Amino acid sequence: MTDLAQADGTHTNGASVPVPVTTRKDWSSDQEVRWCPGCGDYTILAAMQMLLPDLGVRRENTVFLSGIGCAARLPYYMNTYGMHSIHGRAPAIATGLATTRPDLDVWVITGDGDSLSIGGNHLIHALRRNVNITILLFNNQIYGLTKGQYSPTSEMAKVTKSTPFGSLEQPFNPLSLALGAEASFVARSHDMDRKHMTEMFRRAHAHKGSSFVEIYQNCNVFNDGAFEQITGKDHRSEMLIPLVHGEPIRFGAEGEHGVVRGPDGAVDVVSVADVGESALLVHDEHRENPGLAFQLSRLSRGPYEPTPIGVFRDVDRPEYGLEMTRQVDAVIERKGEGDIAALLRSGSSWTVE
Amino acid sequence: MSDTTMNEHESEVLDRVILRFAGDSGDGMQLVGDQFTNVSALFGNDLATFPDFPAEIRAPAGTLAGVSAFQVQISDHDILTPGDAPNVLVAMNPAALKANVATLPPGATVIVNVDAFEERNLTKAGYDVNPLTDGSLSAYTVYEVPMTSITTEVSKDAGVKPRDAERSKNFFALGLICWLYTRPIDGTAEWIKSKYEGKFLVMEANLRALKAGYHFGETAELFASSFEVRPATLEPGEYVNITGNTATAWGLIAAAKQSGLPLFLGTYPITPASDILHELSKHKEFGVRTFQAEDEIAGIGAALGAAFGGALGVTTTSGPGVDLKAEMMGLGVSLELPLLIINIQRGGPSTGLPTKTEQADLLHAMYGRHGESPLPIVAAKTPSHCFEATIEAVRLAVKYRTPVILLSDGYLANGTEPWRLPDVADLPIIDPDFASGPNHIDEAGNEVFWPYVRDETTLARPWAPPGLAGLEHRIGGLEKADGSGNVSYDGDNHERMTRLRAAKIAGIANDIPPTDVDDEDGHADVLVVGWGSTYGAIAAGVRRVRARGHKVAHAHLVHLNPFPADLGDVLGRYRRVLVPEVNMGQLSRLLRAEYLVDVVSFTQLKGIPFRAASMESAILELIRTEDAGDGRSDAVTSSVGGTPVDGTVPADGKVSR
Ligand code: SF4
Repeated sequence: MTDLAQADGTHTNGASVPVPVTTRKDWSSDQEVRWCPGCGDYTILAAMQMLLPDLGVRRENTVFLSGIGCAARLPYYMNTYGMHSIHGRAPAIATGLATTRPDLDVWVITGDGDSLSIGGNHLIHALRRNVNITILLFNNQIYGLTKGQYSPTSEMAKVTKSTPFGSLEQPFNPLSLALGAEASFVARSHDMDRKHMTEMFRRAHAHKGSSFVEIYQNCNVFNDGAFEQITGKDHRSEMLIPLVHGEPIRFGAEGEHGVVRGPDGAVDVVSVADVGESALLVHDEHRENPGLAFQLSRLSRGPYEPTPIGVFRDVDRPEYGLEMTRQVDAVIERKGEGDIAALLRSGSSWTVE
Repeated sequence: MSDTTMNEHESEVLDRVILRFAGDSGDGMQLVGDQFTNVSALFGNDLATFPDFPAEIRAPAGTLAGVSAFQVQISDHDILTPGDAPNVLVAMNPAALKANVATLPPGATVIVNVDAFEERNLTKAGYDVNPLTDGSLSAYTVYEVPMTSITTEVSKDAGVKPRDAERSKNFFALGLICWLYTRPIDGTAEWIKSKYEGKFLVMEANLRALKAGYHFGETAELFASSFEVRPATLEPGEYVNITGNTATAWGLIAAAKQSGLPLFLGTYPITPASDILHELSKHKEFGVRTFQAEDEIAGIGAALGAAFGGALGVTTTSGPGVDLKAEMMGLGVSLELPLLIINIQRGGPSTGLPTKTEQADLLHAMYGRHGESPLPIVAAKTPSHCFEATIEAVRLAVKYRTPVILLSDGYLANGTEPWRLPDVADLPIIDPDFASGPNHIDEAGNEVFWPYVRDETTLARPWAPPGLAGLEHRIGGLEKADGSGNVSYDGDNHERMTRLRAAKIAGIANDIPPTDVDDEDGHADVLVVGWGSTYGAIAAGVRRVRARGHKVAHAHLVHLNPFPADLGDVLGRYRRVLVPEVNMGQLSRLLRAEYLVDVVSFTQLKGIPFRAASMESAILELIRTEDAGDGRSDAVTSSVGGTPVDGTVPADGKVSR
């Protein structure tokens, strides 16, 4: 094997060969998966490993980056390049990687503690800059790895090891936060529906710039059943509102419920029979203004009311790394490649004989 | 001509002069100081500068807190420092006079903007009576020049508002000083034209002020004559005048070129490191990518991410910023990836003295991470040396796959000196030596890639950025199994990995030059060991001591971790070792711990560099006590211990052991 590392930062040895046909096994590392039995993380991992052979991408050009937490172990289980870094910092590390290596697919695997508490700052700035990374946030509304403290998405009054008298904190709504941070792609899925997850991951991967996917994930040890009321098989049709681009937003076994936008601009769940199909809000992922997506992200106050899932927003915005490369290229085009000897003489120099 | 006094009636040719421009932060003192420096550099003088300004962009006008000063020493021979005591002080207002008058030696020249010495300004500066009239300046030659009124007057018919015209008085002062030291002003005039292009009135006012200052010197007959400091006989070559921060930025660009690695700077603005970001962001023609992150942590994090991807990842910081980066440095130690952390040290603790210099982060660089997490430390010793030190730091980072800390400081960052440009062809080649294929046979007999298989000589692990099929691997902050890099909680493995990481860094001692000792004939009893920006002051102090007929040796450390392999032997060759530092004695602790040598620590923490004079006194004191006894008796040491050594400036430096 020869080293074809390029001076421009690209490293490749297989670009001329067609993308090999792979199976789930090719994308799985030899490391034993060590999540608790029954943890929702298993289905997310399976969805990912089954999707990748389908995406037409190369293992060697795929990187999984994570911070700290249960979710953050995922990179160890992927037979790709990967880094399990430090708490909350994965979006920052990913920014440096994606900005210098536009040829890579960079996935950031994170949890609600990792990216909404200690790493909140990095998350919002990566989204704002529209760095070309795909962020999957496993939201289980609890700290799992540290054994059961409340998280920034835990509901108020929640009793945990660190809040024996109930949490006093208003939780974050991850999608509202991402939309407020100017995210260009925002979606939600859940660990009980591999097909839906797969579709969301596929869409997030296809998006240029930052993609943000919240996955409701069951922590069966410290917060079991947190999403059961909406993701349980028997409740889904009544409690999950699928968002489909260009379609009226409706749900229920017979599509009997729908979402309308009232005269005050607020969105609400109604009975289709009451308002008529034509009154329903038609979902538009590409709406420039994030206001409506924001409203949809807050349609439900928590995982006990009808909750939209799917792609909330998917808009085109300049991608950070690409723009940085463009600036570099434009300057080289204008000034020519830099020359060290000329740089050293760029101030006023003088000669001593 | 002695080196600390100047008498303009005696001779027209001086071997050197120390000038200090002082005014309000808004008066443009740094600008004119810089410009005078450039003119002198082009003229061929050797020089060294020391910008000294407050942290506030515009502290209250007219107050002592708002005084901004720029000191430059120009000389006809090679010099090492910006000088201890100014021969000439230009004071734009009473506060500038008050803040600086104590540093003037008797006989110094004081040129004041007399227009500013009115009651309001005097009160703001805390003067009850006008120092120009109460005889308190009798030790100096004082020139009262109406700078504000002449400056306003000459721009009157150019359509410049008097308020705006007044702002050009710094150029009047510059013009006057240029005349006094026989510097042409044409170059400065051209510079003004290009700098203020498009702002016609400002340009015109500045040009007129500059010329008025120059002509004032010629015609006012205040000064008996002008002076000349002739070009220095410097080593032949091409020179530029350079600050430490610019030299650092250029060193990064050169190191990127020499290694073929794309340069990525992830950083967050902080004084006095930001100028490296500013300089690098201008040079995209070298493929440089600069990333102004959301915080210090993201700055170094992005740099580490870029390094994972095969780039030269660099972060710059200072003061509290370096604390914030500690966690990511630890990850870098665990990942064993090349990464450069540049710390432009400033006064601490906490926000401390943002614009003032200090060397108090050495122990932080050594130990400021949890766990056993050693990394190499390189320190620059002069502004231009920042170039070479940066390239050396990158060399170590790339070769040993490790974060490296490069220490500079506020004095080096902003100070300037002429730099003889190196021949680009002589710059070291840095080989990234990326992994190219499998490096291990697994139990099943398959060729596999293991990320923690080490090079036998350097103990470095392979650097395998994403992109190569067959080399996919996962790394992280959890302890790794020796070789495979898989997560391992095994105690024996942890001990082995900890010792391997330490041995890798310690082994660098075999890859760096031996201690460079300046000891004329090898007969000195006293050795002065320094590091970083004290180089100039120590070398100047050593020269002075030698000029008095004493013997003294000087070693200046560039590699602080590991130390040069022969350092212990070197220390053992001298009866006494003096370690001057702008901190509480950090290197002296390391030397004592490492070599059990009873070094004498000489410290100062004033936010300014050591003066050559206090260095001279400290060395002489040690030589004297050494001559008086065996130098190691308790009686002698206690007479030195804790005693201020510089009689003239009582608190200037502290000797302790
Ligand atoms: S603690 Fe919870 S989230 Fe973590 S692995 Fe166990 S079940 Fe999953």
